[in-house]
Amino acid sequence: MYTQALDTLGAEAASLGEGALEQRFLARVDAEEKIEPKDWMPARYRNTLIRQISQHAHSEIVGMLPEGNWITRAPTLKRKAILIAKVQDEGGHGAYLYSAAETLGVSRDQLIDQLLSGKAKYSSIFNYPTPTWADVGAIGWLVDGAAIMNQIPLCRCSYGPYARGMVRVCREESFHQRQGYDLMLHLARGTPEQKRMAQEALNRWWWPALMMFGPSDANSTHSGDSQRWKIKRFSNDELRQKFVDFTVPQAKFLDLSVPDPLLRWDEAKQMHTFGPIDWNEFDQVLKGNGPCNVERLAARRHAHAEGQWVRDAASAYAEKQRQRAITQAA
Amino acid sequence: MSAAPSGAAAQDLFRFVLRLGDLSLVLGQRLGEWVGHAPALEEDLGLANVALDLIGQARLLLTYAGEIEAKGRGEDELAFLREHGDYFNAVLAEQPNGDFGRTIVRQVLIDAFQLELYERMATSTDERLAAIAAKSVKEVRYHLRYSSDWLVRLGDGTEASNARVQAALEALWPYTVELFAEDELDRSMADRGVAPRLSDVQAAWSARIDAILAAATLQRPKDRPHAWHGKRGQHSEHLGYILAEMQHLQRTYPGARW
Repeated sequence: MYTQALDTLGAEAASLGEGALEQRFLARVDAEEKIEPKDWMPARYRNTLIRQISQHAHSEIVGMLPEGNWITRAPTLKRKAILIAKVQDEGGHGAYLYSAAETLGVSRDQLIDQLLSGKAKYSSIFNYPTPTWADVGAIGWLVDGAAIMNQIPLCRCSYGPYARGMVRVCREESFHQRQGYDLMLHLARGTPEQKRMAQEALNRWWWPALMMFGPSDANSTHSGDSQRWKIKRFSNDELRQKFVDFTVPQAKFLDLSVPDPLLRWDEAKQMHTFGPIDWNEFDQVLKGNGPCNVERLAARRHAHAEGQWVRDAASAYAEKQRQRAITQAA
Repeated sequence: MSAAPSGAAAQDLFRFVLRLGDLSLVLGQRLGEWVGHAPALEEDLGLANVALDLIGQARLLLTYAGEIEAKGRGEDELAFLREHGDYFNAVLAEQPNGDFGRTIVRQVLIDAFQLELYERMATSTDERLAAIAAKSVKEVRYHLRYSSDWLVRLGDGTEASNARVQAALEALWPYTVELFAEDELDRSMADRGVAPRLSDVQAAWSARIDAILAAATLQRPKDRPHAWHGKRGQHSEHLGYILAEMQHLQRTYPGARW
C-alpha cells in the first residue's frame, strides 16, 4: 500500500513540478487543512516532523525512568497505583508518537537506534534526578504542566497524525499535572519535613521547567519554518510566559516559594516578570553534561541489550509460525 | 449479606485474606521494578498493566482484611507497617525478577494459580471475597494470556531462549509446591465454602500448565519436597529487601499522610 502511495506521488510530482506542489502544500497549510501521510510534502517539512516527533517519543521513553524510580517506594498503595498508571501512560505516548513518526517513512527501530547511539535528542529535563518522593509531584506539576503548554497548540498542528495523537496525549498529561499537584498539596499541607521536601523539589525543578520551552526567541534556530508550516503556533518565549503566569499562583496556593528573587507581578503588562535563565546550564545539559545524562542513556542501552535475546526469540517464533502456516496450507 | 465473622473465625479469615492480598502485593511490587527497563516498549506497558491490576487486587483484599480485623488498620497500615513474619504470601512471588524469561515463568505459574483459585472463589460463601474474585478473575485471565503467550514464544523461539526459560522453570518449580500445600487454615476455609479445595485448584492448574509447557516445548520439572512456608510467615531472604524499599517512606515519616 505504501509503495502504491509512493507511485502516485511520483506521477503527481512529475506532472506538477516541485514548485507548484510546494505552493499547493502551503495553500493547504494556510487553509488549516491537515496534511496526511500520503500527501505530497516538502522534504524539509518531513524531516522537521520526524525530528520533532521522534524527539518527543524519546522524551516519553526516557521520561519513564526518573519517575519509574519511585514505583517501588511510593508511600501508599493509591499513590503507587497512580504512579504505575502514569508511567505506563508515558510509555503509551511513546508508542503512538513512534507510530506517528513511522507514517513519515522511518521505522521505530531506526529511531531507537538514533536514541541509543546518542544521535537523537530527548527533552533535557529528564537528565535531572528524582532524589525524593516530592520530585515525583514536582515532575507532574511542573514538567507535565510545561509539556501541556507546549503540546496543546500541537493538537492543531498541520500534520494530521501528529495533531490527532496529541489530542489524547494532552488529555492524559493534564490528568498527570493534576495528580502531581495533588501530591504536592498533600506534602505542602503535611508535616514540616514533608513541606520542606516539597519546597526543595520546587527549587530543583523550577528553572529546568522554564528551560523546557527552549532557547529564547532571539536564539531559536528551528522556529521560523515550523511557524510557517503551522507545526508551531507560539514562540518559545510566549509559551514560557504563559507557563509562569499560570504556575506562580499555584505555587502561592501551596504556600511554597518560587526560587526566583526577581519574580514580580507587572501590573501594567498584566504578567509576571522573572529573572534570567541560566542558558549555560541549559547548554551543558544539552551537550550531555547534565546530572543524569549518562545514567539515563545507559539505562536505555542496558534494557535494549538485555532484551535482545527476547526480541530474537519472538522473531524466531513468528518465523516458525509462518512456516507452519505455509506447511499446513500446502 | 452473610454475617460478619467474629472471634476465631474472624482471625482465620483475616489471615487467609492476607495470604491472597500479600501474593498480589508482593508480585505487583516485583513487576513494578521492570517499568522502564523491559525488552521492548510493549513489554513495559504490559508488565505495568499487570502490576497495576495486582496492586488494585491487593488494595481490595487488604482493605477487607483490615475490616475483618476491626482494629482500625487500613490497606496502607497493612501494606507498609507489618513486620517480615506477618506477610503471608507464598515465597514464589518474592523471588527476584532475574531476566525477562524468569519473570515470565514466575508469572505464568502464579497467574494460572490465581486464575483457577479466583474462578472457584467467585462462588465463595463470603460475599465480599466472591465479589473480589469475580472482578480479579477477569484481570488474571488477561495476565495469563500475556504471560503464557510469552512463555510459548521464548520456549519455542531460539535454542538460547529455550535454554533460559527451561532453566528458570527448573529454578522456580520447587516454590510452586507451597501454593497447593493445604494446611489447617486452607482446610477450614474450604470447609466453610469460603475458598475452594486446594487439591481441586492444583489439578486444574496442573493440566493448564502442562498444556502451556507443551506448546512452549518445555519439560515439566520433577516435583521436589519443599521447605518454604511463606503462607505461614516464613520467608526467603528476598522479602526483607522488598519491604525495606517498599516501606521506606512510611517508616521514615511515621504518621505522615501522603
